[in-house]
Amino acid sequence: MKKNANLPALIFMFALLIVWQCIAMGMNAAYILPSPTQVLVRLWELRKPLFTAHLPATMLCTGVGLAISIALGLLLAIVMDASPSAEKMLYPLIVASQTIPTTALAPLFVLWFGYTIWSKVLVTVLITFFPIAMTVFDGFRSAKTDMVDMLKTFGAGKKEIFLKLKIPAALPYFFSALKMAIPMSIIGAAIGEWLGAQAGLGYFSRRMMTQLDGAGVFAPIVLLSVVAMIAVGIVSWLEKKIITWRSSL
Amino acid sequence: MLEFQSVVFQYDSEDFNIIDGLSFHLEKGEFVSVIGPSGCGKSTIFRLTNQLLPRRSGEILVDGKSIDGRRGYCGYMPQRDLLFPWRTVNENLRLPMEIRGGISRAEMDKRAAETLEHVGLAGWGDKRPEELSGGMRQRAAFARTLLTGSELLLLDEPFSALDFLTRITMQEWLLDQWEQDSKTVLFITHDVEEAIFLSGRVLVVEDTPIRKLHSFEVPAPYPRTRACLTDPKMLELRENLISLLRKEVQA
Repeated sequence: MKKNANLPALIFMFALLIVWQCIAMGMNAAYILPSPTQVLVRLWELRKPLFTAHLPATMLCTGVGLAISIALGLLLAIVMDASPSAEKMLYPLIVASQTIPTTALAPLFVLWFGYTIWSKVLVTVLITFFPIAMTVFDGFRSAKTDMVDMLKTFGAGKKEIFLKLKIPAALPYFFSALKMAIPMSIIGAAIGEWLGAQAGLGYFSRRMMTQLDGAGVFAPIVLLSVVAMIAVGIVSWLEKKIITWRSSL
Repeated sequence: MLEFQSVVFQYDSEDFNIIDGLSFHLEKGEFVSVIGPSGCGKSTIFRLTNQLLPRRSGEILVDGKSIDGRRGYCGYMPQRDLLFPWRTVNENLRLPMEIRGGISRAEMDKRAAETLEHVGLAGWGDKRPEELSGGMRQRAAFARTLLTGSELLLLDEPFSALDFLTRITMQEWLLDQWEQDSKTVLFITHDVEEAIFLSGRVLVVEDTPIRKLHSFEVPAPYPRTRACLTDPKMLELRENLISLLRKEVQA
């Protein structure tokens, strides 16, 4: 049943790849539009620098950025849930922070932090903390008022309501947030590297561009997509193991 | 057991006292229903009793002592079962004990299992609430209310979401439970028949704002069966109550 559900999407994707392959072969200009097979070949040729130097560098940025984003996002969600005045103070600022064009701001981070990991981490955090803070905050809110009231009649205080009701209620939301945040953090790290780095898949892709190596630009991007899909897949699997009650909420 | 003394309450969003100098009391071991049309303020009486709402003035006594600063003096059963979907039935039952504290995990499990058996759900403890039928969920919710350990139970239209047959089965079941447990029950409903079948006394909300509750004795001894509902005296009471409520709705 599950395999059937994915089948149309797979067929369609395969068809698109074939069309791409045909157009690329017709144009015969790999520096502009490399064919999918050329990208795969290039990925194989470049496997050593990609997997030993650049993938680990990007994953470090992504990992550190994601960890900080989760911590910051959860902290903001908890503070806003605990205090209405904190919510009034923070909520508009958090929303406003997303109107900042991060890509335009990133060169400033390079000025501040140079080519160290922190300029990339900052870009990552800036675009990743937002979905986590907002979604988890919604999750806390989803705890029904009558459930809160019932706990109060049992004599529960704020802390018990938080631990016994709000956290479990927000858990499915947390997983949704994570599934959004993982691809965003990878994109964030890659953007950061594009703008100023000495290693990483974003940096590598840019270097290939200057050498007019079309397939070399695509190869790290394919790698990033695959990594993102695997990570989201792992989170989805974990979610299924942990959240067994979602259907009934 | 429960006593209201000139209690006054006003919602912030309204400019009149919805409860205005209300006094009434319940004897220990009584089963009393409060009936009135929707929105008349009967649930407000509950929310004042369990301190989800703060009264403006007057006094509410449980067991002869003011409720101020006390907790765990009443068990509240809401309209919907509100079983937490991420907890098993047993874990849901453990909830009021976990919050009250001071009991070991083993003792909690033992009491939960006993109570589950008592409400006729033996063996269902490890299931998730979603696996239970509507009637079973209400029984589990009732068990959870019992496990608050309170002598005074506030039941807020607990059967209103159930289908008719489940509902009358649950009413008989509840009477059975009450006769065994000798708890004091205050029961909210808008169903006149349900009120007179279950209670020894029916309190009618005659008017909003609520200044007094009109008390009617139900002329049937316990234990009861549904047959008593066709007794002429019961029918007369039912008609009385219905016409009283209807007058109110039309007014």
